[in-house]
Amino acid sequence: MSLIFILIPFIASAILLLLRPAGLSRHLALVAALANLAATAYCVCCDYSQGMTCTFSVPWVASAGIHFSLGMDGITLIMLVLTNLLAPLIILTSWDHKFDNEPRYYGLVLMMLAALNGVFLAQDGLVFYIFYELALIPIYFICAIWGGQDRIRVTLKFFIYTFVGSLFMLVALLWVYLQTNVNGAHSFAWADLVAVQLSPAAAHWVLVGFFIAFAVKMPVFPLHTWQPDTYVTSPTTGTMLLSGIMLKMGAYGVIRWMVPLAPEAMHYVDPLFISLAVIGILYASIIAVKQSDIKRLVAYSSIAHVGLIAAGILAWNKTGVQGGIIQMLNHGINVVGLFFVVDLLERRLGTRSLADMGGIAKSAPKFATLFLIIVLGSVAVPLTNGFPGEFLLLNGVWNYNFWLGVLAGLTIIFGAVYMLRAYGLVVFGAPTPATERFEDVNTREFLVLGIIAGLVIVLGFFPQSILGLTEASVDRILSVVQF
Amino acid sequence: MLSVAEPTFVQDIMNQLIPLIPFLPLIGFAINGLFGSRLSKTAVGVIGSGALLVSFLLSVMAFNQVAASGAIQVNLYQFFSVGNLSANFGFLVDQLSVWMMLIVTGVGFLIHVYSIGYMHDDDGFWKFFAYLNLFIFSMLLLIMGDNLLMLFFGWEGVGLCSYLLIGFWYTNTEYGKAARKAFIMNRIGDLGLLLGMFMIFQNFGSLTYSEIFAVLPNIRLEAGVVTLICILLFVGAMGKSAQLPLYTWLPDAMAGPTPVSALIHAATMVTAGVYLVARFNPLYNLSPDAMHFVAIIGLITCIFAAVIGLRQNDIKKVLAYSTVSQLGLMFVALGMGAYASAMFHVTTHAFFKALLFLAAGSVIHGMGGEQDIRKMGGLRKAMPVTFWVFLIGTMAIAGFPFLSGFFSKDEIFAYTYAHGGKLWWGLAGLGAMFTAIYMCRLLYVTFFGNFRGTHEQEHHLHESPKIMTIPLIILAVLSVAGGFLNTPHFMHLGNDQWLAHWFSAVIPMSEMHLDASTEWTLMTFTTSLALVIIAVSYFIYGKPSNLPVADEAQTGLTRVIANKFYVDEIYDFLFVRPVEKLSKLFHYYVDIQGIDGIVNGVASAVQALGAQVRKLQNGNIEYYLLGMVAGAILLMLTFWA
Amino acid sequence: MLEIVRTVPIDYYVYLSTILFVIGVFGVLTRRNAIVVLMCVELMLNAVNLLLAAFSTYLSDAQGQIMVFFIMVVAAAEAAVGLGILVSIYRNTKSTDISFLDNLRN
Repeated sequence: MSLIFILIPFIASAILLLLRPAGLSRHLALVAALANLAATAYCVCCDYSQGMTCTFSVPWVASAGIHFSLGMDGITLIMLVLTNLLAPLIILTSWDHKFDNEPRYYGLVLMMLAALNGVFLAQDGLVFYIFYELALIPIYFICAIWGGQDRIRVTLKFFIYTFVGSLFMLVALLWVYLQTNVNGAHSFAWADLVAVQLSPAAAHWVLVGFFIAFAVKMPVFPLHTWQPDTYVTSPTTGTMLLSGIMLKMGAYGVIRWMVPLAPEAMHYVDPLFISLAVIGILYASIIAVKQSDIKRLVAYSSIAHVGLIAAGILAWNKTGVQGGIIQMLNHGINVVGLFFVVDLLERRLGTRSLADMGGIAKSAPKFATLFLIIVLGSVAVPLTNGFPGEFLLLNGVWNYNFWLGVLAGLTIIFGAVYMLRAYGLVVFGAPTPATERFEDVNTREFLVLGIIAGLVIVLGFFPQSILGLTEASVDRILSVVQF
Repeated sequence: MLSVAEPTFVQDIMNQLIPLIPFLPLIGFAINGLFGSRLSKTAVGVIGSGALLVSFLLSVMAFNQVAASGAIQVNLYQFFSVGNLSANFGFLVDQLSVWMMLIVTGVGFLIHVYSIGYMHDDDGFWKFFAYLNLFIFSMLLLIMGDNLLMLFFGWEGVGLCSYLLIGFWYTNTEYGKAARKAFIMNRIGDLGLLLGMFMIFQNFGSLTYSEIFAVLPNIRLEAGVVTLICILLFVGAMGKSAQLPLYTWLPDAMAGPTPVSALIHAATMVTAGVYLVARFNPLYNLSPDAMHFVAIIGLITCIFAAVIGLRQNDIKKVLAYSTVSQLGLMFVALGMGAYASAMFHVTTHAFFKALLFLAAGSVIHGMGGEQDIRKMGGLRKAMPVTFWVFLIGTMAIAGFPFLSGFFSKDEIFAYTYAHGGKLWWGLAGLGAMFTAIYMCRLLYVTFFGNFRGTHEQEHHLHESPKIMTIPLIILAVLSVAGGFLNTPHFMHLGNDQWLAHWFSAVIPMSEMHLDASTEWTLMTFTTSLALVIIAVSYFIYGKPSNLPVADEAQTGLTRVIANKFYVDEIYDFLFVRPVEKLSKLFHYYVDIQGIDGIVNGVASAVQALGAQVRKLQNGNIEYYLLGMVAGAILLMLTFWA
Repeated sequence: MLEIVRTVPIDYYVYLSTILFVIGVFGVLTRRNAIVVLMCVELMLNAVNLLLAAFSTYLSDAQGQIMVFFIMVVAAAEAAVGLGILVSIYRNTKSTDISFLDNLRN
């Protein structure tokens, strides 16, 4: 079962890249993504209280203890929901774009999808690492080929940055691998890696290695500087893939790999990690306050939101981790919505500068309303999807340390400051000659934004529907891993 | 404390109907929000007001039910549950919340009806009603929720609606900024509330009121913890109820349409803070420090805002500062432990302040949008109904005998005297004195004397339509009679202190150790003071020579007061600009040049090193050979040893 | 035959081949004419060959002489390729001076 999440997009991607069916590429991509979504919907109904289900394992390099093994629990399921729910939406957002070499474009998107699903499903350290790196390749080409100004330099920086970060993870992973002993042989299997008892000094370095990789990906202050440039330069699809799904690989990695593999030294390093995450929240929020480019503003807001997710997860208590998981899903939904809004603005006005906008509420009321709902979700107003996650995350951080909780809590103020400033500058005020002719959303755009806005509200009213899916799995992982 | 009786048949039906009370306005919001642009204005108005009318009637039924059999608790579904931290989407209808429900739906309904007339020519008519209904929904969640999380939903929800309604005329950038300011100021308070919730959960293991108060007598808490919880909750109240130092959003919030000011920024939303503190009265009673803090903040706010109100010339701004000041007075009452008195004042204030705002709206409507009282004058002839109801409102707030404000303020003063002493009483009385002065000034300058506006305005001047004046008249009646809900025991008017008795299941009756003669003396003193002010100020402000002067002509202290003590400017200097500076600093220097500079520096360093190393590879075979031989010799020498 | 060889002590062979090798090294390092350099390389190879042959005889072990044949084959091939490259370089640059040959730099 779990293999089809990788196979469907991979095969579709291979068809697109090798056969290049010119006219049908986006349709094929959408069908593949929807098929994955259907498979995810099926999996939502499975029972996850008994640990890993839908497992799939074949020996790969058996002599070295490497198995191609996949499996699902509640946490993985939410990540799959995130990936496969957003993928069709992301494909739909670029529906009207005319790309050079469209089959290749959608082929890369689908390859990315396959790799992301692989990352979340992997139950073997090396398989995880391979998918983690594999996800980088398509997004590199998407940004480098279809990106905006200065794309070569920016994407190269992005690539090197994340790649170097991953190498630290590889070293840490190999170190733990070499300590495994299963009947006299080493093993990459998750359970075997977790079973290793590391010395505190070794665990310390293992954690640092993993953290560098994941902190670059999420990104956590001060390893974030690739992110704003990359988001701004990428085509919007790439930005959505990056911000909506890919950066959750880092947060997921912390839950599934980093902490379980080396909990022995979390005591020493956790205060540092959480502090960095909290500093990042405030730092990025403050920077977002005066941004004049709306895409960059959303990019910085994303750093702040993800910083909170990271802080909550690293607090490693139930509210923090549960909040982190639900917020990964909800942040993904919101940020895709925001970047779509930015894309619409940029396509219609030819600018991303907030100074050139204003008064859109008059010419495009539907757009303004849907934008508002997504903004509210992002600001975490109660009864929108952003709230339960933020509440639980703040509670998690606050349980960890009172003052860190207070500092992280400032995000609810700053979040309102920068998001409402952006919203006000775009939508309120007197219309300019350019914004007066702003077309309201067409049917397809309305569909995408409407689905996102609907999710914002529905998930805001019924967060337990998500939290219930992950509860057993989170309990399991928290009970296995204590420090 | 909060006893939940066994459900009977009638109660069972009521339980089914309770969720309709908040959800009807939500349905109204959905219908008007989704299809309002295609409906006629009449239909929109009927749907918007009708939803509220039904809610009000259901609230009355709920009131009867509560009176008959005590509190009702209804659970809809589990909102979330993470470990022990769980919260239901559930409602608690007890004596306190049902009273607030009556105010919110009742006054809300009148304001909805009024808005049909007031907003009739506005393009955003349907949007306005949608937002108003959404506000009522949020407000009802706030007061009906059976746990702090539900309260928080409503708490932020009303903040959001306030944002939408202040920025209703969005093409004006200033209005948009005022809306944003309101939302952000509220959010500062919300952070306090949020942290208070965390602390409550940590110490009580629950967010549900009934469980918190059930646990309260059985656990021993450090005094500091209780005080901290109370103060954090109060920080939330400061934001929502516009107390010092978070009050500055409320005067700016007058950018919204006047019915909004009446509904949100006078009658309902801003009293949420009072409701919160009253709800948590068992907790506050444990912490004298926190109560002291509440009282001090309330008192300072009461006087400070009243002083500013003395020198404002925008009819709505005067009322706004008056609201801030009155809210301060309510917090003084709360700090004195007179929770029921504060709720009583919430009630009467909802009547007369809504009346005043709506009457002011009627004036603005008649003046064609003019809000500056210096351009009005003599309106009593052109707008008789508006004048009479405004007069009633002014007298009620000023404390004219036997009007509603007279009873509720007097009760607060009596408690202040009994629990705080002469100084407290004197200072609170000072605030009330200023209130009487600026309200009379507003009344006389607006309605007496000669008309000072333009010729067109004079021509345009007219009394408002019936759909606006009838709600005004109903509110005027309530402002007159509202005081008899809770008459002081020493007057023996029958049914003494009915409201306090009504609340007694939630708010224990507080003891007041004053004998009747002292109370009579206090009452006589304040009343005669009010009467003197009403009379004297007529002779001062009735004269044309004493009209307020233009802003530029003011000097000295007057100018400082007219400029609201420059508080906005100070906040701008202390908070807004530093953050903006910091934002730019972080972006250009720390982020781009600092951190990214280091990252790019590492990359350039590697490149530079490469550039140096590659010089060794100069392509000359002789060098390569020499290197090879040298290497061979070196190897030999190494292995020699 | 063996006796004749052994009348000369093994030390002398070592000295001779060392001198030849060093001459070759110096030639490679100091001469700039590519042909001379190639000849010096040959000289070095032959110095090694001499040593291998001498030890092979002294120790009555044929392995050394097998190596000598290998080296001769490789040397012949190398000379052919080397001279071929040299001819093509000469055609291009009209020079056999190796100090001007720094095209590898770029």
